[in-house]
Amino acid sequence: MQITSLRIDLKYLTMFPFDSAKKLSFSRCISDGDLVIVYEKHDNMKAVKVSESGILQNRFGVFKHSDWIGKPFGSKVFSNKGGFVYLLAPTAELWTLVLSHRTQILYVADISFVVMYLEIVPGCLVLESGTGSGSLTTSLARAIAPNGHVYTFDFHEQRADSARDDFERTGLSSLVTVGVRDIQGEGFPDEFLGRADSVFLDLPQPWLAIPSVSKMLKQDGVMCSFSPCIEQVQRSCETLRSDFTDIKTFEVLLHTYEVREGNLWSWQDNEGGSMSLKSCKKRQRSTNGLENASSLTIMAKRNGESRGHTGYLTFARLKCTV
Amino acid sequence: MSIIKTEENSNQDQNPRITWEGCSVLLDINDGDRVLFARLTTGSKIKIGNKNCSLQSLIGCPFGSSFQVEDGKEGPVLSRVLQSTEGTNLQIMEESRDNRRLVDNNSAQSLTGEDIDEMRRKGASGDEIVKALIANSATFEKKTAFSQEKYLLKKQKKYAPRVLLRRPFARSICEAYFKKHAEKIGFLRVDTLSLLLSFANVSAYSDVLVVDMLDGIITGAVAERLGGTGYVCNTHCGVAPYPINIVRMFNFNNDICQRIVHSSVSELHSSENGPSPSTDPLEDACNIRSQPNEQILSPSAQHAVSMEENEDGNMEIMTDVSASPKVVKGTKAGRKAPVEAIKIWKANGFSSLIIAAPNLDAWDTVKEVLPLLSYSASFAIYHQYLQPLATCMHNLQVEKMAIGLQISEPWLREYQVLPSRTHPLMQMSATGGYILSGTRISGSDQTQAK
Ligand SMILES: C[S@@+](CC[C@H](N)C(=O)[O-])C[C@H]1O[C@@H](n2cnc3c(N)ncnc32)[C@H](O)[C@@H]1O
Repeated sequence: MQITSLRIDLKYLTMFPFDSAKKLSFSRCISDGDLVIVYEKHDNMKAVKVSESGILQNRFGVFKHSDWIGKPFGSKVFSNKGGFVYLLAPTAELWTLVLSHRTQILYVADISFVVMYLEIVPGCLVLESGTGSGSLTTSLARAIAPNGHVYTFDFHEQRADSARDDFERTGLSSLVTVGVRDIQGEGFPDEFLGRADSVFLDLPQPWLAIPSVSKMLKQDGVMCSFSPCIEQVQRSCETLRSDFTDIKTFEVLLHTYEVREGNLWSWQDNEGGSMSLKSCKKRQRSTNGLENASSLTIMAKRNGESRGHTGYLTFARLKCTV
Repeated sequence: MSIIKTEENSNQDQNPRITWEGCSVLLDINDGDRVLFARLTTGSKIKIGNKNCSLQSLIGCPFGSSFQVEDGKEGPVLSRVLQSTEGTNLQIMEESRDNRRLVDNNSAQSLTGEDIDEMRRKGASGDEIVKALIANSATFEKKTAFSQEKYLLKKQKKYAPRVLLRRPFARSICEAYFKKHAEKIGFLRVDTLSLLLSFANVSAYSDVLVVDMLDGIITGAVAERLGGTGYVCNTHCGVAPYPINIVRMFNFNNDICQRIVHSSVSELHSSENGPSPSTDPLEDACNIRSQPNEQILSPSAQHAVSMEENEDGNMEIMTDVSASPKVVKGTKAGRKAPVEAIKIWKANGFSSLIIAAPNLDAWDTVKEVLPLLSYSASFAIYHQYLQPLATCMHNLQVEKMAIGLQISEPWLREYQVLPSRTHPLMQMSATGGYILSGTRISGSDQTQAK
C-alpha cells in the first residue's frame, strides 16, 4: 500500500493538495506565508497572505496575523475588541468569491458544468481563452491536477500578468501557463496541434477561433464556448457544424434558499388574527414554551435576489474521422 | 490468448481514446433513443431491431466512431461509418414551401412492407431502403425542408440504425441513467452531480468521504476526479457496504480501483485500531436502523448490473464482469479501506464529504459523519427534497458546526439552435434536486475569547 508518492518541499499552502506532501498540509496549521480566506459572513470574505508582522483591520477590530499562526484552518480567531472571523483554507469555489474582478467571471454553476461536460480528468491537456480574471482557470487546474496542464491565453497583457500573479499566489503555477495571444486573430499556437483533450472559449467572437479549436483537439475531444448573447451562439453553432458533432447548448443557473425557524400559530389560538410574528415570539417567551399553541417550524424560501442569466454554454465534439 | 490480452488491458499507457478487448463502452443507438452499456468481448452481442449483432468489430476502434448494421457471413455485424466533415443537411436558411397542400393519408407511400422485405432479402442496405422510401413517397417533395429532414431521420432510424461508440465518463453515465432510469440514481441530474464535486472541493490527492446510496454514481464520479490519487471511502452504517455497481461502467484502471474503498462508520469513529468490537453501541444502533432502509432501497439494490436484455426499458446494462470470464480485472474497486489509510484519516480527517442517501435523515447522517472531516473541509449533501436539507442546515447553524451554509437548487435548460429556429427544448427536467453545501469549522470556541 503506497500512500505517499511525490515529496516536494512546500513553502506555502496551495489551493488544493495536488501532491501528497501538500495533502498533509491541508490539515496542518496555518503558517507564515500561507494564503487564507478570512470569512466574516457568507457574502463577506477576503484572501489574505499571512505574515508574522501582518495585521488585518475590519469592522470587528484589529487582528494580528501572529495570533493565527499555529492554529488549524477552520479556526475562529478574535480581534483586540473580541470580534471574530474564521480562517479557511482556500478552495476554487472560495477563490471565485474573493478574486479581484478584472473582467466578468464565471461562477460555480457554469464552472462545474463546464468541467464535467468537457470530460476533464486528471492528466488532461486543456486550452482556454480568454483568461479574464482566472475564475474558471482555477477550477480547470483543480480538475487536471496532478499531472495535466492548462494553457490559457488572453490578448490583454496586463490581465495575463495579473492572472499569472494570482496563480502564483494560489500555488497553481506548475499547473497553469498563461500566454498573451490574440486567439480570434491567430488561433491557438501550433505546438498544441492535435494535443488538446478539451478547449474552452469565453471570447466575444468565438466563431473566429473555432477553426483553430478543431485543429487543436484530439479526435472525439470536446470544446465549449460561453457566450452571453444568443446571436453569438447562433453564429458559433453554424461554424461548429462542419467539423463537430453532438452540438448542444445549455443554460445553467443556481437558485439559493433562505432557511429560518419561525413560529406558526394555530388559527384558533390566534385571537383577533392580527398578531404579528414578533408579538408571537414575545408571548412564547413569556410562557416559556409550556402549553404553547404555536409550533416552531423550519421554513425554506427561495432567495429573492439571484442571477437570472449568465450566458449560454455550447458544447461540441470533434468528429471522428480516422 | 486471454492472458496476453489481460496484460494489455492493465497496461497504463493504453490509449484511452481507442477501445480494447474487455473495455466498458456506452453505446448510443439512434441519437440517444436507446443507450446501453456493454463490455467489449469477442463474444458479446447486442440486439438492434430484430438482429443480434456481435460487438467484436468495435474492438480497437476510436471512441466517437459510428457503426451501422450490415449482414456479414456469420450474421449481422456492425460496420464502421465514417462521418463526413461536410455539414449535415441542417443548413436551411429560408423556407419557401409550406404544408398547405399536404394531404395526410396512408396512400402517400407506394412501397409496401413486402416490397421492403423483398429488398432486404436481396441484400439491400438500410440506406438503400431509405432512398427507395423517399423515391416512392408521393408527398416527400411537397414537404417543407424541415419535415423532409424529420422524415429522413425517422426512416433512417428505423431501417439504418446508427450506433455511436462513447467513452463512459461520469457525464455520459449520469446522463444515460437520468434519461431512462433516473430513480436508480436518486434523480441526480448531471449538473447537480457536477456541483456536488465542486462544492465538496474534490481534487487530486484528497481523501473524500462519501455516503453513496445511489449505486456508486457518486463514488465513480469522485474516483474519476481523483485519477488514482487520494481515496474515495464510501462509509456505511451496519455491516454491509452499499452497492456500487455503477463504478464498473467506468473504465477505471487498477490505480483508480485501488483508491475506491469502503468502511463502516463505526470503524472510522473507533479510537482503537483494527476492527471494532461488535458490541459497539453505535454499530448496533446502525444495524437496527439500516433494516427498514434496505427494504426501501431494495429495488435499486436489486438492479445490480446484469446481462439480461430488457426490452421495455431502453437501457440495458451489460457489464457484468463475472459473466464475461475472459476479462480478468486485476483489482476490484471497492475493497475494504486499508488500516493504514484509516489511521491517517483518524489523524488528519477527510478533506471532503458528499452525502447522497435518499432514505436517510440528512441531519442524523451529517451529525455522525461531519466530525470525521478535518476543519475547513468542504461538504455537499444531495437530496431530492428540500425540507430535510432545510432542517439539516438549521441544525448545523444552531450547533455551530459549519459556516458558508447554502442550499442551492440547480436549474438546467437545453436549447435547439438552428438558423431561424432557435428555442428552448420542449422537454425540460423540472428538478435537479437540492444541495446543501458548507465548510466544517473548529467546534470549540477556544479560550482566547476576549
Ligand atoms: C469575460 S473574460 C473571461 C473570464 C473568464 N472566463 C473568467 O472566468 O475569469 C474575456 C476575456 O477574453 C479576452 N479576449 C477578448 N478577445 C480576445 C482575443 N481575441 N484573444 C484573446 N483573448 C481575448 C479579454 O481580454 C477578457 O479578459
